[in-house]
Amino acid sequence: MILALLAGIGAELIVAAMPSIRHFGIGFLSSTEWDPATDEYGALPFVYGTAVSSAIALIIAVPLSLGVALCLSEMAPEWLSRKLGFLVELLAAIPSVVYGLWAIFVLGPWLRDWIEPSLSDHLGFIPLFAGPRVSVGMLTAGVVLAIMVLPYVAAVCTDVFRVVPQSQREAALALGATKWEMVRMAVLPYGTSGIIGAIVLGLGRALGETIAVAMVIGNRPVISASLFAPSSTLASVIANEFVEATTELNVAALIELGLVLLVLGLMLNMVARMLVLGATQRRFNERAT
Amino acid sequence: MVGLTVLATVVALVPLFLVLGYLLSKGASSVNWNFFTRMPTPVGQPGGGMANAIVGTFELVGVAIVIGVPVGIGAGIYIAENPARWLARAVRFAADSMMGIPSIVIGIFVYSVVVEPAGGFSTFAGAAALAIIMMPLVTRTTEEMILLVPAELREAALALGVAHWRTTLSVVAPAAASGIATGIILAVARVAGETAPLLFTAFGNRFWSTALTQPIASLTVQVYTYAISPFADWQRQAWAGALVLTAIVLALEIGIRGITRGSARVAR
Repeated sequence: MILALLAGIGAELIVAAMPSIRHFGIGFLSSTEWDPATDEYGALPFVYGTAVSSAIALIIAVPLSLGVALCLSEMAPEWLSRKLGFLVELLAAIPSVVYGLWAIFVLGPWLRDWIEPSLSDHLGFIPLFAGPRVSVGMLTAGVVLAIMVLPYVAAVCTDVFRVVPQSQREAALALGATKWEMVRMAVLPYGTSGIIGAIVLGLGRALGETIAVAMVIGNRPVISASLFAPSSTLASVIANEFVEATTELNVAALIELGLVLLVLGLMLNMVARMLVLGATQRRFNERAT
Repeated sequence: MVGLTVLATVVALVPLFLVLGYLLSKGASSVNWNFFTRMPTPVGQPGGGMANAIVGTFELVGVAIVIGVPVGIGAGIYIAENPARWLARAVRFAADSMMGIPSIVIGIFVYSVVVEPAGGFSTFAGAAALAIIMMPLVTRTTEEMILLVPAELREAALALGVAHWRTTLSVVAPAAASGIATGIILAVARVAGETAPLLFTAFGNRFWSTALTQPIASLTVQVYTYAISPFADWQRQAWAGALVLTAIVLALEIGIRGITRGSARVAR
């Protein structure tokens, strides 16, 4: 029965590897065609979409998470940080379809009516912010992903900061540092690898997030420079097209996208684990000396 | 500086309250007795409900628990009790890796392995996908809880001449039971909110169905389908469904933390 787990993971890889790799070869990864009608498939628009939406999510979520983690571990009194930490965990508990629903009807229109006009008025010369504004698109997806990724990154960062030995903090304070300087000198450098691990973990989460993204990203398999334009990610295209995939090649191409997603997800997960474990294990070594 | 971090925390928590607020304001009016007892009606006809979807979610999660929890607990106990064996390390590595697999990829896997050979979508396939997601979570928490059992307990049993396997079964496992139960409920809360793996395994069903071999509706997929539809009535029901779903998930999460916090104090 225990072997079932091990076999399970092996089987995932084997089964997913069967299909369209043989047909398309390496070119699959760099082709931008995606046309079920003519059976032409390429992964690049989706890799781009996944990369950009995850990047937006991390750019928004990481500074916020660091702020939250610092607030919870350094600034707030114990009782308050427990309650706040609990609320942040609730953010992670909300099902992703609920986030998607909220994003379609609340976040999307808000971005379209308030944020995007000001972005395109002031920064419209940058191709990122040019183009027509609709409520579904890369930016909306990125923001939703940021909200969903934030609790994970914040939780890991809080743990990492809590593990910093008190001696480090006291040493900085004894040298006359202010609270912010103490944080900058003692806490942040100590936790750097852990923070990077948290970021990688958040990236892994963002990659695999399917439903909320599929609901707000507009689902156009095109690479466009503007953040306002509809786009598509690896996960969202699988969710949207799998059930209607017509030819065998279509299904196989979608499964290959899934394989790409699987490999990326596994790699990021392992890297994150190593980084975070390394950061929290160091505490034991410090104590020993 | 302090101000900045506090600001960050406030900004981070704003979406939580916004989402919950909108859920309540848009969904509460549509959650009525009809919602829980009626079936979906054709578009345009008022008065439809999500009865089949609610039952479907319960059934999917129930079968997933039956499939996934015994395997997960077994694996967790094995890893905890035999930390030195290579098999245990391999299983732990496998469990950790499985946690990093995106849920839609698990859906594809179950599709290839269960749906295609069987020739159709089924409740069983959906439950299998959910079980695969649950297994690593349950294994992890079981392992941690077993490791938390004090060594003195084990040693006392062994000193009395109890066999190793018997110790595990009768002494260690009951001591870790409440922690393991917590882990199971948290995994259930996580899995109840999953949509992507169900999209092409259990698929969804307009009609009432509880058979294991037929497609079945679930609250998550139903909300997803209604939310992206262009019909106002369906969108309204999507809000109601989302409210019910979130209420269930949050009740599980908050409830289990409240209970464990209480019992942790008692144990001390």
